[in-house]
Amino acid sequence: MDTQVTKKKLGLKERYKLLTRDLGWETTFHTKDEVYPYVKYEGIKINDWDKWEDPFRLTMDAYWKYQAEKERKFYAIIDAHAQNNGHLNLTDARYLTAIKMFLQAISPGEYAASKGFARMGREFGGVGTQVACQMQALDEIRHAQTQIHAISNYNKYYNGFHAFSDSRDRIWYTSVPRSFFDDAMSAGPFEFMIAIGFSFEYVLTNLLFVPFMSGAAFNGDMATVTFGFSAQSDEARHMTLGLECIKFMLEQDPGNLPIVQRWIDKWFWRGMRILSLVGAMMDYMLPKRVMSWKEAFDIYGVENGGALFNDLARYGIKPPKGWDVAAGAIEHMSHQLFLGLYQWSFGTAFHGWIPSDDDMEWLSAKYPTTFDKYYRPRWEHIKKLEAEGTPFKNYGLAKLCQTCQLPTVFTEPGDPTMMCHRETEYKGEKYHFCSDGCQEIFEHEPEKYLQAWLPMPALFSELNGDIGAWMDWVGLKNGVDNGDYVGSQDQINFDKWRGMATSNKQS
Amino acid sequence: MSNVFIALQANEETRPIIEAIVMDNPQAVVKREPAMVKIDAPGRMVIHKETIEGLVGRAFDLQEMHIHLITLSGNVDETDNSLTLTWNN
Amino acid sequence: MHIDLRTVAIEPQRNTFDHLVRRFGDKPASRYQEGSYDIQATENLHYTPTWDPEQALYDTSITKIVLKDWYVLKDPRQFYYNTYTLTRARQQDTAESNFSFVESRGLGEMLPEELKSIALNVLIPLRHAAWGANMNNSFICGYGYGTVFTQACMYQAMDQLGIAQYLSRLGLLLGDTEALNAGKAAWLTGPAWQALRHYVEDCLVVRDPFELFVAQNVALDGLLYPLVYERIVDGFLSSKGGSAVAMLTQFMNDWFDETRKWVDAVMRTAAAESDQNREVLQAWTQKWSSRAAIALRPVVELALGTQAEETVSEEVASFNARMKKIGIDL
Repeated sequence: MDTQVTKKKLGLKERYKLLTRDLGWETTFHTKDEVYPYVKYEGIKINDWDKWEDPFRLTMDAYWKYQAEKERKFYAIIDAHAQNNGHLNLTDARYLTAIKMFLQAISPGEYAASKGFARMGREFGGVGTQVACQMQALDEIRHAQTQIHAISNYNKYYNGFHAFSDSRDRIWYTSVPRSFFDDAMSAGPFEFMIAIGFSFEYVLTNLLFVPFMSGAAFNGDMATVTFGFSAQSDEARHMTLGLECIKFMLEQDPGNLPIVQRWIDKWFWRGMRILSLVGAMMDYMLPKRVMSWKEAFDIYGVENGGALFNDLARYGIKPPKGWDVAAGAIEHMSHQLFLGLYQWSFGTAFHGWIPSDDDMEWLSAKYPTTFDKYYRPRWEHIKKLEAEGTPFKNYGLAKLCQTCQLPTVFTEPGDPTMMCHRETEYKGEKYHFCSDGCQEIFEHEPEKYLQAWLPMPALFSELNGDIGAWMDWVGLKNGVDNGDYVGSQDQINFDKWRGMATSNKQS
Repeated sequence: MSNVFIALQANEETRPIIEAIVMDNPQAVVKREPAMVKIDAPGRMVIHKETIEGLVGRAFDLQEMHIHLITLSGNVDETDNSLTLTWNN
Repeated sequence: MHIDLRTVAIEPQRNTFDHLVRRFGDKPASRYQEGSYDIQATENLHYTPTWDPEQALYDTSITKIVLKDWYVLKDPRQFYYNTYTLTRARQQDTAESNFSFVESRGLGEMLPEELKSIALNVLIPLRHAAWGANMNNSFICGYGYGTVFTQACMYQAMDQLGIAQYLSRLGLLLGDTEALNAGKAAWLTGPAWQALRHYVEDCLVVRDPFELFVAQNVALDGLLYPLVYERIVDGFLSSKGGSAVAMLTQFMNDWFDETRKWVDAVMRTAAAESDQNREVLQAWTQKWSSRAAIALRPVVELALGTQAEETVSEEVASFNARMKKIGIDL
């Protein structure tokens, strides 16, 4: 706040308390249980909401002021980017694959988070917590909108962006993040906070945004750098909220520990599965790379996550159960997923491609113990098939994991030559999983996860397996949005436009 | 001891903030990455309003940092005069 | 190598996203449209809520209001995050200079004691009512359907928090922390405030988002803002020499003028869609506005004494006229 208006000199904390939590009161016309009907059923015990520590203390006047400043900067840059054909500054149009995935998979998640936090901003029992959640609800609307606005100009010139609103609810791979956010939103308020506030924001967004945005900067994408860093400036508040919330639960009652621990285990694993998409973006989709997925994970996962869980050890929290398995899979996950995306590229609203020789050199330098041994030979084989005119394409349907909804492309822990596949029978039905982590999540709440909408069976039940009808339904333009990057409209247009920009060639 | 860190956008307004952090935290390590500056420090980092004010020559509200902040790691304690990041291990 | 990208004329491949072409035709879309239409998930929802297995994650059937397309509830202000935030930041600049002006010139101290105490008695307990409005709008945003409607409710929620904070600052400026304590005590036990507090607490247990919209944004705000900020602060207090208070509440007046247009647009559109909607909205508006009028009367009496009854009647009449214009007959 700009002006000190009080007579008593109030410190920031005291003043903020008066301007937030002092606004609430103990209701007398209705019981707490009537006003806050959802805070008890998950089993978390809160003895005193006043013990909540406000993370950052932004009052609305300061919020409006600083956010307006960020907004002015952001829109000035993306306006200039659009006016100056900023897209021709990209290293290569294949870079946009990452941005297509971002708009299709992540931006709708930002919006879901906004809805979720609006609900939590109403459902939690203390004003400090409510206000922090409401501010995050407002920020998340911002993120969805700034992303759509930044990417809007790419949509005008490149394919794969135009149907993001249709593909969000229908195409197979967007059900990975959709099921993640639906899972969090269908959970109670405390689990939602662990899912989004803690696991997603604190443990995972650094991995999503920071190296990825540096990658965007490296590849000449000022629009994405701008929305990414501008969003991250809010994330710092969100991460702090997530951390405060977890400490609050653990400090309130010793009985909360096992519940919280199970949620951490679950949501870490669900988050890691989503991050495999980010791993593929970083290792394969950036024409000019800033760091490998593994390097990013070392900094933001191992080092930062390690520090966090060491800090929480005083409450009895252990690192997430799947931590070691996840760390062991880091050397493999991006390769396995991108191979999968390549072979199913007929069914994705972005392009696939075979990594160039330079790319493979880089990958083998970054993954010295795994790339040459396991993945280069596969790419060499795919390259050979391509040269012989029989490109390796999988027109079959991917088997999707019932929990995370990724195709089951990952390998056994400790054995990268063996596909990992798990099955559970429940009430006479068989359910398939990509990993122990996903199977355990199902087995803990089978009644929830058997409801999952699985896009592949839907293709058969609703469209009789008609691929063309399916493409119309998901908004995919065959031969335009999908398939190989080489020879695509995106590649041809980008090269032509760049040619016009760098020489006197006429179109 | 675990590192705490803060990352800020690389621009003219953050230059004095970074300088202030380095002055007040002798163990801080500055890494310059594309479009951002990341500062790590073992266990604890303090950002003092006064130091930044000395460098920019005007009143500085620590909440102005929100405009340029990219990410941070550690428990946060915010007062009128300082912002502290700590890990308790 | 420097590339002068501006000199390259290249043809866009399309004007905008598919869902906006379907809604508005094949032409470039506005940022409001891009940021608001069809960005909420609508189908193939994965799981039912564990907190209420009877409802879907996004559910149009939790309200009695029925709309074929919830995106008809367009915000006439066309607020998306950017336009909202920039608008409020400008108003905040004004509010900040008003607070500075009052403080630096000691206008608070110069207020006659009697006026100051009326201002504090009426305004400070309202910070709690504003928190109720904040909660209610967070609820409507959270459980309502369709971004054009729900995002505006989130903005409304944060505005009400802002108003609660301006009122708190006003209390601190004119009466220090004691004023806030006294205001809270009055809110909790003072006889003038119990009917209003009862109203606000009853709103906190309404779980039909559209009914809550009517109870809070239409009925309560529709009477409270004109009565308190126009009649008591701008009218009564200013005429007695207390215009310093009006400077500190300018935000609330400007805000009510602006948000009323949005509230009216939402009501008009929903009522126009079907007779059934109109009847439901009329019944809700009738029920909640008559309660609000009764609850506000003792509050108005704190300032206007025997004039209160007449003033409330006048404002009820103009509220009814306002409703009539948008198709709600009371």
